[in-house]
Amino acid sequence: MIPKLKIENITLIFGRDREKALNMLHEGASKAEILAETGCTVGVKEASFDIQPGEFFVIMGLSGSGKSSLLRCLNRLIEPTSGNIFLNDTNITTLNDKELQQIRRKEISMVFQQFGLLPHRTVMENVAFGLELQGVPVAERNEKAAKVIELVGLKGYEQQLPSGLSGGMQQRVGLARALANDPEVLLMDEAFSALDPLIRTQMQDELMDLQEKMHKTIVFITHDLDEAIRLGDRIAIMKDGEVIQVGTPEEILTTPATEYVSSFVEKVDRKAVITASSLMDTKPVTAIFRKDGPEGSLRKMRSTGLNILPAVTIDKHFLGFVYLHEVLEVKRRGDKTIEAVIHREVPVAYPDTTVEQMLPFIAETDKPVAVVHPETNKLLGLISQTALIIETTGSQTL
Amino acid sequence: MIKIGKYIEHFINWLTLHFGPFFKSVKHIVEAMVNAVQWVLGIMPWYVLILLLAIFAWRRAGWSAGVFTLLGLGLIYGMGYWPQTMETLALILVSACIALLIGIPFGIWAARNNMVGKILRPILDFMQTMPAFVYLIPAVLFFGLGKVPGVFATIIFAMPPAVRLTTLGIQQVPKDIVEATRSFGATSTQLLLKVELPLAMPTILAGVNQTIMMALSMVVIAAMIAAGGLGEIVLKGITQLKIGVGFEGGIAVVILAIILDRITQSFGKKRMKKTSN
Ligand SMILES: Nc1ncnc2c1ncn2[C@@H]1O[C@H](COP(=O)(O)OP(=O)(O)OP(=O)(O)O)[C@@H](O)[C@H]1O
Ligand SMILES: [Mg+2]
Repeated sequence: MIPKLKIENITLIFGRDREKALNMLHEGASKAEILAETGCTVGVKEASFDIQPGEFFVIMGLSGSGKSSLLRCLNRLIEPTSGNIFLNDTNITTLNDKELQQIRRKEISMVFQQFGLLPHRTVMENVAFGLELQGVPVAERNEKAAKVIELVGLKGYEQQLPSGLSGGMQQRVGLARALANDPEVLLMDEAFSALDPLIRTQMQDELMDLQEKMHKTIVFITHDLDEAIRLGDRIAIMKDGEVIQVGTPEEILTTPATEYVSSFVEKVDRKAVITASSLMDTKPVTAIFRKDGPEGSLRKMRSTGLNILPAVTIDKHFLGFVYLHEVLEVKRRGDKTIEAVIHREVPVAYPDTTVEQMLPFIAETDKPVAVVHPETNKLLGLISQTALIIETTGSQTL
Repeated sequence: MIKIGKYIEHFINWLTLHFGPFFKSVKHIVEAMVNAVQWVLGIMPWYVLILLLAIFAWRRAGWSAGVFTLLGLGLIYGMGYWPQTMETLALILVSACIALLIGIPFGIWAARNNMVGKILRPILDFMQTMPAFVYLIPAVLFFGLGKVPGVFATIIFAMPPAVRLTTLGIQQVPKDIVEATRSFGATSTQLLLKVELPLAMPTILAGVNQTIMMALSMVVIAAMIAAGGLGEIVLKGITQLKIGVGFEGGIAVVILAIILDRITQSFGKKRMKKTSN
């Protein structure tokens, strides 16, 4: 699969003496050294990553880390100093003005932190603005605009001016305007940062719902890690113009690439992010029903030192748990099978079940948590109570 | 001694020598414009015109402006200065229109091109701070005596605010709106027509208002080169020490100024309050 967007070695330098700054950068000089020597600011430094079709990609970093600059390189609102950007197969960096206009009109739309709405136009006229620039006739563009207005929940506000709307509503207009062109790629620069927290969460939810229907490729910028984790399929973390890690939210939390990232992620509520799949032991010892009788099960318990084993069928379907004392019991009775002592009524987790969702399991049972495939019910792994408790108490040692 | 005056003199002489026919045709055109406007103003009886202007002022700027127009213009007629007032009005309208037609495009150009803006700024300062009398000399050299040199001097004096406020208005358009417009693939013409000019309009209209006011302030000065109108009355008051006549002419100018000010200001205000179309 070719990526929707391919960012290849993008460097952006602000200032006059860019040549010199670029050379210094290649020789490994730091942002501060370059600023002192040439007076140039390094906005983005050699950023490279791919964004897949339909992906919700979040770029996150502190203020001044170069997020907005990098995002604006993608539709060339700012010209990158060097490097290439590909949209599908098209090299955006080499397009002429006309071609670039076409890309901006049809393929890439943008949503802004301060909304950027036209105050002298109604909601309808704002939403239809992109189509108007393309020369779409009034009737047709109003029809399309009406559809997106409904999609973002602004039906009934068509004839209002933006100044009469709340911040959240105004950003819906911004979003509708971007969607009206039916672009493949949505660029969102801190789109929700200007909204108050409640509205913000609501907008996040709605954006995720929309994305479920639309499958756009979204590049979303934020300086808020919680927002990044909530929304992003993958997150790129920037510092001083550099992309220092790209990964899924869970990868970023569990295996931070640098000190900086780990100091960043420390404050995050991991329980909502870490899922069963990253906590589980993927090769648990199991009692295989019909193959292992009481004898075999006991041997496995002795060799592992465990007093509880998950019971599975030959093809790994999870059945339940068996306990040491009960297996001993059936063995003493002379049964040939452990069928009678399998505890089948146990809670299970799926790979994407979060630690938060598994919290009740700690209280309810002293058993490990079985992680099964949501459809086939095959046992994928096992989370020990110890691992679960350590994770929920917030230790970083795992 | 540095004789800048000499050089300017030479330059003006050179201009009149080589562009004589050009100045002549400009003179004819401007003269025709002033006469046409004056003819239109004279087409209907004075009371009809006063009534129309009063209704217009009332619709645009409210009832007080309407009443003021009615009484003010009535007073002017009563004082016997109606023909001169119409002459002055025609002169101002033509001068202001030409000043705006030149000034607004330059203002747009300066807003979009830093270099142009930098070159234009000192020229505008010069035009505005140079004592207005000084413009009379080249005006007379180019166009002789009469209305046309009056229009010329008035244009030069009244144009700077139109340029400046147009530039200011466009530069004041919020950067994020301009950026958003560009991000949707607007050409620079689309950006200008659909976003920058509409958003700059209140400021540009303030420039229009100032240009008209500045043009009006040139009335007396222009009368010194036989441009006629109310300026001539005031001038007569000064030169012949007729205090009464001077004041009457002055009052007529003030009345005209207030009416024009109220009407042109109303356009800027209505714009800002305008809802949708
Ligand atoms: N037009 C410009 N000229 C010079 N330097 C600039 C310009 N725009 C941005 N910069 C610098 O580039 C760096 C990156 O800025 P950028 O706006 O991309 O950061 P950001 O991550 O978006 O920050 P924020 O969260 O504050 O929006 C900063 O050091 C900034 O000062
Ligand atoms: Mg930013």
